[in-house]
Parts: sequence; C-alpha cells; structure tokens
Amino acid sequence: MFSFKKRAALIGVLALGMVATVQAANEQYFPLQSYRVGPYAAGGTGFFGGFIDYLQYVNLKEGGVNGVKFTWSECETEYVVEKGVECYERLKKGLNGAPAAATNPLSVGIAYATLERSAADKLPLITINHGRTDSTDGSVFPYVFPLQLNPYSEVSAIINYIGQQAGGLDKIKGKKIVTLYHGSPYGKETNPILELLAKKYGFELTLLEVPHPGNEQQSQWLNIRRIKPDWVILRGWGVMNPVALKTAQKTGFPADHIIGNIWSNSEEDAAPAGAAAKGFISITTHPSGTNFPVLQDIGNTVIKAGKGNLKDSKRFGTVYYNLGVVNGILNVEAVRVAQAKFGKRPLTGEEVRWGFENIRLDDVRLKQLGAYGLVQPLKLSCSDHEGGGAVRFQQWDGKKWQVVSDWVQADRKLLRPIIEESSHQYAKEKGITPRDCAKES
Amino acid sequence: MLYRESGQFNTSYRADQRWFRLWQQRWVFATWMILAFVVVPLIGNDYWLNAILIPFLVLSLAGLGLNLLTGYAGQISLGSAAFMAIGAFATYNFQLRIEGMPLLISLFLGGLTAAGAGVVFGLPSLRIKGFYLLVSTLAAQFFVTWILTQCGWFSNYNASGVITAPPLVVLGQNISSPAGRYLLTLSVAFVLFWLARNIVHGELGRRWMAVRDMDTAAAVIGIPILQTKLLAFAISSFVLGIAGALWAFAYLGTVEPHGFDLSRSFQILFIIIIGGMGSILGSFLGAAFIVLLPILLSNLSATFLAGWVDPGQLENLQKIIFGALIIFFLIKEPQGLARLLEIVRQRARVWPLRF
Repeated sequence: MFSFKKRAALIGVLALGMVATVQAANEQYFPLQSYRVGPYAAGGTGFFGGFIDYLQYVNLKEGGVNGVKFTWSECETEYVVEKGVECYERLKKGLNGAPAAATNPLSVGIAYATLERSAADKLPLITINHGRTDSTDGSVFPYVFPLQLNPYSEVSAIINYIGQQAGGLDKIKGKKIVTLYHGSPYGKETNPILELLAKKYGFELTLLEVPHPGNEQQSQWLNIRRIKPDWVILRGWGVMNPVALKTAQKTGFPADHIIGNIWSNSEEDAAPAGAAAKGFISITTHPSGTNFPVLQDIGNTVIKAGKGNLKDSKRFGTVYYNLGVVNGILNVEAVRVAQAKFGKRPLTGEEVRWGFENIRLDDVRLKQLGAYGLVQPLKLSCSDHEGGGAVRFQQWDGKKWQVVSDWVQADRKLLRPIIEESSHQYAKEKGITPRDCAKES
Repeated sequence: MLYRESGQFNTSYRADQRWFRLWQQRWVFATWMILAFVVVPLIGNDYWLNAILIPFLVLSLAGLGLNLLTGYAGQISLGSAAFMAIGAFATYNFQLRIEGMPLLISLFLGGLTAAGAGVVFGLPSLRIKGFYLLVSTLAAQFFVTWILTQCGWFSNYNASGVITAPPLVVLGQNISSPAGRYLLTLSVAFVLFWLARNIVHGELGRRWMAVRDMDTAAAVIGIPILQTKLLAFAISSFVLGIAGALWAFAYLGTVEPHGFDLSRSFQILFIIIIGGMGSILGSFLGAAFIVLLPILLSNLSATFLAGWVDPGQLENLQKIIFGALIIFFLIKEPQGLARLLEIVRQRARVWPLRF
C-alpha cells in the first residue's frame, strides 16, 4: 500500500490538476467521447480524426468562428456505455471556462444513456446518421439531433432507389427483396418499416437474421439462393459485412444486387472481402474521396502542415473520416447560426441548440462551405431534427467507392406519423409536455 | 497501539455477537456512514455522484451477490450479468405492466425473479463442480441475453430493444436528481449488505462454507446439499438482480441486453477475486479497484499527459498500468485486498512494535 504521505501527495496533485486552470477564454469547447482502442477503433479514429481536423481547419483558416476559437479534449469510451457516461459527466462542464457546445458520441448505446442527461443539462446530443428514430421529433426531444438520416429514412430511401432502378415504385410490385439483418436491436429496428413498405408497394419481403457477430452465413445465403430475390438489403455490422459478400459470391449471388446500409458502407466493410466485393452497392450520406474543395483545403492547411489527427494519412478521405468532416461542418454551422442571433461569443448548449434547429444548408451555402455534393441540403426546425433524409448510392469498384446516384430522398411524409406515435408514447411515459413548435422562432 | 483492544470485554452474548466488537471499529463505521449518507449528497457534484459513486455502489452490490455464491458457497459462476439483466428487465416490466406499482416493490420483485432464474440455472451445480459448473453458468449468460433480444415483449416491443427507465418515484418523492439516485442506491445497498452480513454469520452462512470447503463432508454431517446450494444461487441472484435493476434505473437510465454481456460477468468475477473471496468488505474494495482506479488513471492522464501523447496510445498505457497493478496486488496478497487491509489492521494493533 501507499504510505499516507504518498497518498496525500497524490490527492493533492489531483486536486491541483482539477482546479488549477480557471480562466475564461474566448473559446468554444467540444467534449469528444472518442474511441480509439477496442473493436470499433477503425470507425472511431476515422470519425474523430475528421471531426478534429475540421475544427482545427476552422481555427487555422478563419481563426475560429467570428474570433471564437474551438477547443476540444478527448475521453476514451472504447464504445462502452458506462465509460461514455463517465466521459459525458466529466466533460460536460466545459474546459478552462470554455462552454461545451454539443456532444457527439457516435454510439447508439452511449446516446441512449445520455439522452435524458442531455435534456437535463441543456446540451445538444448529436447522433449523426444514427440514433433514436423518434428523436427526430424535436418537440419531444429538444436536445437530440439525429442529423441527416435516421434509421427509418434509411430503409425508405433504399426502397425508393430500388424503385428508381425498376423504373418507378409501381414496378416493384411482386419483386422479391431479402433483408439480411444483424441479430441485435440495431439490426431489427427497421423491420416493421420494411414490412410496412412491402405492404404499400406490394413487394415480397423476406427477413433473415444473422446472429452476432455474423462470421458464418452459409445457411442464410443458401436460403437466399432458393428464394432468388431481385435485391438483398444488407443491414450489417462489423465482420458480418465482408462475410456476407464472400458467402454471396460462393453461393453465386451477384454483388451488384446487394445494397449495404449505413453501417455497411465503409472501406473497412468492403475491402476485406476482396474480389467478392466488386460491384457491391451501398448507401451513403456523404461520398468518400478528397475531391471536394473543403477536403482539399483541410489537406493543405491541416494535413500538410503536419497537424492532422489521423495516424495513417492514407485514410484521409475515407467514409468514416468524411463523416467526421461532415459532422464538423454541421456542428460549426450550428455555432455560426447561433452566434448570429446571440452574439459573437462562446455560447451555452441551449444557444447552440437553437443554432442546430435553424441550420439552413442550401446549395449556395454548401458551395460557400466547399461541401457541395458532400453534404445534402439540410433544413432543420423545432419539430424536425433530422433535416435531410436523403442518401446517395455508391458502388465498390474493387479499390474504392464510386458514387453512382444523385441524392435519393426518403418518403419522410409516410414515416412522420410513425415517428410521432412513438415520440408521443415516450412523452407520455416520461411525463414530458411537448414543446409547441408554432411558438418557437 | 493505534488500535487497542485491551480493556474491551464483552459481558453478554449480545455484545459478543454484534458486528463491531471494538469501539474503534464502531467509530470508523459510524464515520463512514455519516460521510456516505449525509456529507456526500450535500457536497457531491454531478460528476462524482453520477459517474463515479453510483456505478461503484452498484458494482459493489453485484460483487456481493457473486461473493455469496462463489466466495461463501464455493460455486463458481460466470452468469452474474445474466441475473443482473433479468433483474433489470423484470423490474422494468413490473413497473410498466402493473399500474401504480411502487418502485421499491418492483425492485424487490425483480430481485425475486432473478432469484427464481438463479435456482433454475443452479440446478446443474448438484451434479457438476468447479470449472464444469462455470461452463454451465455460461449457458445462462448466453441464453438470457439471447432471449431478451429475441422476445420483443420484454422490452415492450421497443423497436431498438433499448428500454428507458420510468421516472423514479419513492414514497411520492421524485428522486431523479443525482443525489436522489445516489441515496436510493446507497440505501438499497446498505440494506442488502446488512442482510448479507447477517446471513453469512448465521446458520446458512456456516452451511455454505461447509459445502464450499468439502461438500461430501458437509453431507455427512447432515447438511442438505440440494437446499444449501440452491439457496446460495437464489440469494446471490436476488442481490445480482437488484444490482442489475439499479444499474439500469439509478445509473444509466436505459438498458439494453447487450449491456449485460459476458464482459460484465468477468468484471464482477474480477471484483471478488481482487477484493477478496469470502469477504463482505472485499466486494467494496474490489469494486473500488476495478471501477475507480481506471477512472483515476484516465483523469490523471487527461490532466497531465493529454496533448503530449497520442490519445490511443495513452489509453493503452493506462491499460498496461492497470494490468500491472492487478498483478502487483495479486502477488503481494493472493487473497485479495480485504486480506491486505486485515494485515494493515494487525500491524496497527501492535504499532510501533513490529510483532
């Protein structure tokens, strides 16, 4: 055991470290619940690398937003829920007097566990491309933002794409679609929506489950061969994706009729399958690649200056990295919008929330940001915390992703009543009175 | 000399049987209780209550549950997290499906449900022992998480399978604040630790230890093996179930089956191995080591090393230090931190002399 003196010294040092630096700076803080070790490190390093690089870029290029620089600190979660909660509680107060703007855990589990805390602490919780579907209804979930795309929009957009390929949604009547989903809450979440769409458009839907982790799929694919579907929707996660592609090849199902969802769309999902992945189609909310002006700029000002966050600079421009950049663009835009209303100073979480709800990204603005084609046009409001609901489709050419479609919009009108039903049930369970969005400005 | 026993005589059986026979122990205990129940809720901030003390208490409780089974009754189990999950989901369903059900009652019923499941999965212990039993409890671990994911009924057909805790109300008081949730956890833990302490010092505890040390011999002196082992499984699972419910309701506010996976079972097993098998106090010490030390390391490194070392490397460095500390303590004292504390106490008795 430590001697008393040593222990006292240790405690003293700790206390010092915690209170030492209290001085308000003209900075806006982003608490980062990142994950760089553990099974999901590939996603975490890419996403947080992109996010940090974008913040760094804004600092270097423009000196922050209106003179308010960004600052951030990381806390490792390993994608583990309770670590994420600990990080949330540790970082939410801000850093050296710079107030926190929003949290971006990029983990469904952590998002769920900090959902109510975020509302209590008035700190926006950003779950870009994922998260709790009914949090799209901002009147019930004022502080949660499933930006761009929630899980329901995701499947709806896939079906719309299949309709486009067939030459119209009325043409998919009688077609066979198989959904191969990961045997987890995430995998099953969209099944009711697929069933609803199947009824509406009259296609034959077969749902096949792959138990976690999904490194053995022989029986499922033999089943698929028997069914002979027109399309297979792959709702995978991690190792399940490359295995699905390889097994598909073995059973003779063409890869260009498999559509991967939002967590089956990275380089890390397709490349391990080697030649079997060639032709594989997946959705994406943002193309990979470095051809966009904003990425070129990041490359010049941040990466070439040796200030990039990625350890392996080859990953610059990959799917996860670009998602981080997109996330950075949206967060910074929210701060910018909020500053226009509340003043050019570091903002509280509540003010940044207003910023998120008033994000208006049209083509003109996107071109100004150098992100035209990278980010979809987005218009958020008090009641709509998703905004876009559109995806593009990309195809794996054996080495990298090639974008093969324009933005395909989800049928959000159809989904809205389902989302509201769920959010209102949540409000009832929790005793929340939904905000009146007509009164919000 | 710091810890003098001389002059303290017990003059009645009552006095001889109480928890703490020395006034020093009673004072230390009373101080801790005042600290925990009065001082901490008054001065604790969100971070301490929400992120450190509540999980620490819940995992101590889980450690206690497993300690009863493994440390006292000698039945090794890797199904702890499964019983926690059962407790959490059962409590949720009692709250959800029975109108006006008080929280504390559903906690209790959740514990009972877990106890029932514990008895079922404890049945193989009558035939198989040691590592073989470990494997059969592993079945509980996988089966429970599987069924909770498969059957939507358990999570009220929630599309994502993640349940969120209803507002916490005890005796008409809303206790959703961090201090309220902390006090709920602390009170429940206090009651269960008090019960457990009495059980292991009572007849049942002696029977458990007899079975642990040699079950054939225990059978020969007339101890009903069946009943004793199953009671160990039931009571252990009861405690684990309540710990699970607190984890879900008082700590995270949400729960998904995935949160109670095998690594959680391992975590609880490590808590009792490091804290001390067959020691009530050991559950606390082990939980402190397993829960608090990594947080301390992480805070230290965030304060002093962030910016200097690559964040990924920093995390790995913490793991190395943590692992090294585990090895160090287990070499120093294989019987756990509780034993180490006991040695310190013995030293304090004779201080300043050496022996």
